[in-house]
Amino acid sequence: MTKLLSPPQEAAEATSSPIARRSFLRYSSTGLALGGLLLAGCDDDSDDMGSTIDVGRDDNGVLNYAYALEQLEAAFYARVQAGDYYKGANSAEKQIFDDLALHEKAHADFFKTVLGSNAIKALEPDFSAINFNDRTAVLMAARTFEDLGVAAYNGAGRYIKTAAYLAIAGKIVSVEARHAALIRDLIGYNTFVGSDVVNLFVPTSSPSTPGVGEGTGQEISKKPTDVVNAANAFLKEGSKLSANNLV
Amino acid sequence: MDLFKIISAIEKVDPEVYERLDSRRRVFKHFGMAGKAVTAAVLPGLVSGIFQRAYGQTTSLSPDIVAVLNLALSLEYLEFYFYDKGLNTPGLIAPADRPAFETIRNDESGHIKVLRGALGNAAIPDPTAAAFDYSGGRGSMTGPFAPALVNDYALYLGSSQAFVDTGVRAYKGGAPTLMPNPDLLEAALNIHSVEARHSSHVRTIRRGLSASQSGQAATTIAGDLANLSGKTGRPKNWVSGIENGGPSPSTDPSTAPVYNAGVPASGGPTDLFFPAESNITQANVNIMTNTTGVTMTMDAATEAFDEPLDPATVKSIARNFVVPSSGLFV
Repeated sequence: MTKLLSPPQEAAEATSSPIARRSFLRYSSTGLALGGLLLAGCDDDSDDMGSTIDVGRDDNGVLNYAYALEQLEAAFYARVQAGDYYKGANSAEKQIFDDLALHEKAHADFFKTVLGSNAIKALEPDFSAINFNDRTAVLMAARTFEDLGVAAYNGAGRYIKTAAYLAIAGKIVSVEARHAALIRDLIGYNTFVGSDVVNLFVPTSSPSTPGVGEGTGQEISKKPTDVVNAANAFLKEGSKLSANNLV
Repeated sequence: MDLFKIISAIEKVDPEVYERLDSRRRVFKHFGMAGKAVTAAVLPGLVSGIFQRAYGQTTSLSPDIVAVLNLALSLEYLEFYFYDKGLNTPGLIAPADRPAFETIRNDESGHIKVLRGALGNAAIPDPTAAAFDYSGGRGSMTGPFAPALVNDYALYLGSSQAFVDTGVRAYKGGAPTLMPNPDLLEAALNIHSVEARHSSHVRTIRRGLSASQSGQAATTIAGDLANLSGKTGRPKNWVSGIENGGPSPSTDPSTAPVYNAGVPASGGPTDLFFPAESNITQANVNIMTNTTGVTMTMDAATEAFDEPLDPATVKSIARNFVVPSSGLFV
């Protein structure tokens, strides 16, 4: 968790915000229940510290959870396209970020339409920790968002009640995984899977003998509460999430 | 290793160990080993299997779930032996790509381990490499993909992409069947996304090779929507439309069905159906017209959502790559 919650290292060094972030994390993890209680009378639009937007439960909860993450991703890639890194990127990387921006906006707007009046509000992102003029900072942040999205969808599938919605989540998560693998390969070739995201399998017999070894070759899925903690590092006060009812 | 000493030791902390274990005769029956000698070579697998049965699966799975998991397991074997054969074909895989294919092969091996564990004694036996005809010759070994495991690296990559994209669609199609068992569903989802990561990387390698670039330089080659199909196509890392039929659209077998519709191809917003990868309508929402604030393109609308494939269509694709007597994908 520590690694996930931290912003990309380069970005953190560039903006000197780690202390504020650390104090927020302490607040959000141990102080969340208390904060929620004290501020129970505040509406969702409040900017008060500690007020969170709960995504809800069951199908609507998962759809809002996905909507929130897709909003964050869509806003991130739109911001990337306005930064100096993108402006100077080679044609392959421009194409990649153009596609990612369209895919994530398509996902976010899709969930907004499907949810209708049940949708959570438009979230206000906080990307102040990310240097959009620096290639490495952008790629590291993109990796964080894409890997987080994959782990989030995989961990939330079990809370979906309607088969058609599970099918939709499946249609999206593999696209996120395609994104994640490419971003990782841009950062370091052949890191499309890594031990931070996949429980890598190591053969203990001949590698040509299937199924004998340590590990599983499976993605490491994440619980909604862990995912929103990571996502909240990139959301402004008043837009921070909770997913306490996805259990 | 004295198995009975081990079990006796376990009994001290778990008095019910003997009830968990099958009777000796049934144990051997479950492992298809009745009448066969227990050799040192098979003992580790046998022992781990016995304990997997005793402490692993405690509920019996429904026939539907068993069918989905065994189809997944069959596809994992298809992929595993393909990658393993490639790695053992001297000079085929570019040196820069060997680490990636070793990783992918090992991931498939892990998936096989997971699926075997979930299925217990309902798992199909290891079909071994002899079950597969990667030439696409359905047992003749002389089909159009035969050079892929000799010296045609571009074709090998094309086959890899077709196999892994079929796998991604198959897991997606099987997921709703696993809903009654949330742990199995999550396990399958955690395999599904890794397969998609594999596909993404293979597509990067293919773009690189089409421009004589390998390693990190492969990532500098952009996808080409006008040149998606064929052995030297430049696909994106995501599926654009039906990819103009994929890496080998005009052979028999063709890779086109990997990206085409399954059965049924259409349905209502709450139905499960299997449209082609060119689909732009999700849960009755038109992704082209619904996406605002950006200049949405038809290609991006198809790329943003992968599509599932039904078991029968998956089998009809995979059946081209097995020896008929294997009994796989029937």
